[in-house]
Amino acid sequence: MATRQTRTLARTMMAPAVILLFIWMIVPLVMTIWFSFQNYSLINPMMTGFAGWGNYAYVIGDPSFTQALVNTLLLVGGVLLITVIGGTFLALLLDQPIWGQGILRILVISPFFVMPPVAALIWKNGFMHPGYGMLGHLWKAFGLQPVDWFAQYPLFSVIVIVAWQWLPFATLILLTALQSLSEEQREAAEMDGAKAINRFRYIILPHMARAITIVILIQTIFLLGIFAEIRVTTGGGPGYASTNIAFLVFRTGILSNDIGAGSAGGVVAVIIANVVAIFLMRAVGKNLDA
Amino acid sequence: MARTASVQTKIGFTILAWAVALLLFSPILWTIVTAFKTEAEAIAAPPTFLPQTFTLENFADVQGRSDYIKHAWNSILVSVGSTLLGLVIAIPAAWSMAFAPTKRTKDILMWMLSTKMMPAVGVLIPIYLIFRDLRLLDTVHGLTLIMTLINLPIIIWMLYTYFKEIPVDILEAARMDGAELYDEIVHVLVPMAVPGIASTLLLNVILAWNEAFWTITLTSGRAGTLTAFISSFSSPQGLFLAKLSAASLLAIAPILLLGWFSQKQLVRGLTFGAVK
Repeated sequence: MATRQTRTLARTMMAPAVILLFIWMIVPLVMTIWFSFQNYSLINPMMTGFAGWGNYAYVIGDPSFTQALVNTLLLVGGVLLITVIGGTFLALLLDQPIWGQGILRILVISPFFVMPPVAALIWKNGFMHPGYGMLGHLWKAFGLQPVDWFAQYPLFSVIVIVAWQWLPFATLILLTALQSLSEEQREAAEMDGAKAINRFRYIILPHMARAITIVILIQTIFLLGIFAEIRVTTGGGPGYASTNIAFLVFRTGILSNDIGAGSAGGVVAVIIANVVAIFLMRAVGKNLDA
Repeated sequence: MARTASVQTKIGFTILAWAVALLLFSPILWTIVTAFKTEAEAIAAPPTFLPQTFTLENFADVQGRSDYIKHAWNSILVSVGSTLLGLVIAIPAAWSMAFAPTKRTKDILMWMLSTKMMPAVGVLIPIYLIFRDLRLLDTVHGLTLIMTLINLPIIIWMLYTYFKEIPVDILEAARMDGAELYDEIVHVLVPMAVPGIASTLLLNVILAWNEAFWTITLTSGRAGTLTAFISSFSSPQGLFLAKLSAASLLAIAPILLLGWFSQKQLVRGLTFGAVK
């Protein structure tokens, strides 16, 4: 039983962590909201004063915002589609009795440990470069004209790179979930003569549903903030073709020094992330009771 | 009959699995072999697989051009420093949540998790301005502080899930024997939780090492970590594919090795204990 003394003690022990995170969360956020209603540019110090909804109107009204929003959705949706379907397939494959399972796991998980700028640059130069990239060589081997991926399909190229980085994560989580499905359950279904497709549909998939939900939610949180991959490959271009919301805020606030407008974009990013977060919190919260 | 069929299936699945795995690994494999080629060979058409003239020149060039060692040292300082600092703050917090929970413990845990959902761009501008005014831009300690705050929720969550598995009776027995709280934590809890703490340490070093938003936006030359180091290769200058590969290999090799040892912890840490 917790006495009053231990309860006080417990609070004291928790205090540093709670206070630090509280400051970290509240102070900058309040500042961002404050800046978003100000005329504030580092280039033009004459521009000051309350802006009302001006920055929001400016950011949201600009065509680049709509494009960045669409790009964000395509980026998140595209990567989720590839990683969840690919991850399920890979998890099922690695769960089969095969030779060299340990090494295979290491090979498959490796891309996740590659830091984002490295991943982006080795894809950009080693693979997608029309002159000396592997894909260029491959295209030429089939007598085709090599594709200049980042010029012609900038967003698609970024999606491929990010999906490559996150496929191992989805695979690893789904494989872990799959392996917790009891052998007895599976054998029983096999004995009953259930076809492989039905076993997958009625036993394996429902068992993995929760893990898939978690993969989708956690990846979404990270994918909304994709930054380095864009920064080192396309720089958001050509034009705004591969700019997502995160990169738009960086472009407006830091590169163009428009603190007010950049902050308004930041607030929009926070709102989008919060909508996703609510769902994630519910999924994880449920697990706390279980 | 059934046995041969199963061996055939096993062969089939093995071939398929190896093909897919090698395909996924190929960008890394390609980077490794290219790092040891000459620049001319790196862009030769048709490409060679293994280096025809094996050279270590690229590594020397990369060190000369961008000072790998300085950036690697910064990466080590920031990732290890932020993780250790995080552990010092997190261990007492996780202790109190796991062994002296109150009605609000669950809410606090969820709230900590929610700080992780905050998109970095939402606070980039104020942090950038605060750092500019406090002269923390492009400093190792400034970056370490940010990295500690980013990973603190994950550290607390991971420790909490590990501490929960330790029977509370043992801690209570120590308390009955008159152990002070400090002794209870340092001499009873921590030794029992060493595997969990080690896993937490490992995963968070990896996460901090690969963090590429704050490291790129808040540093330039002095405090740049390896993510900033590699980003300096984003605009090609002449022949540079072999050098880029060497630089990439240098940046990912340490963490790739650490990562291979921490697959299991990765699952628990990144799903906040939701999948074990």
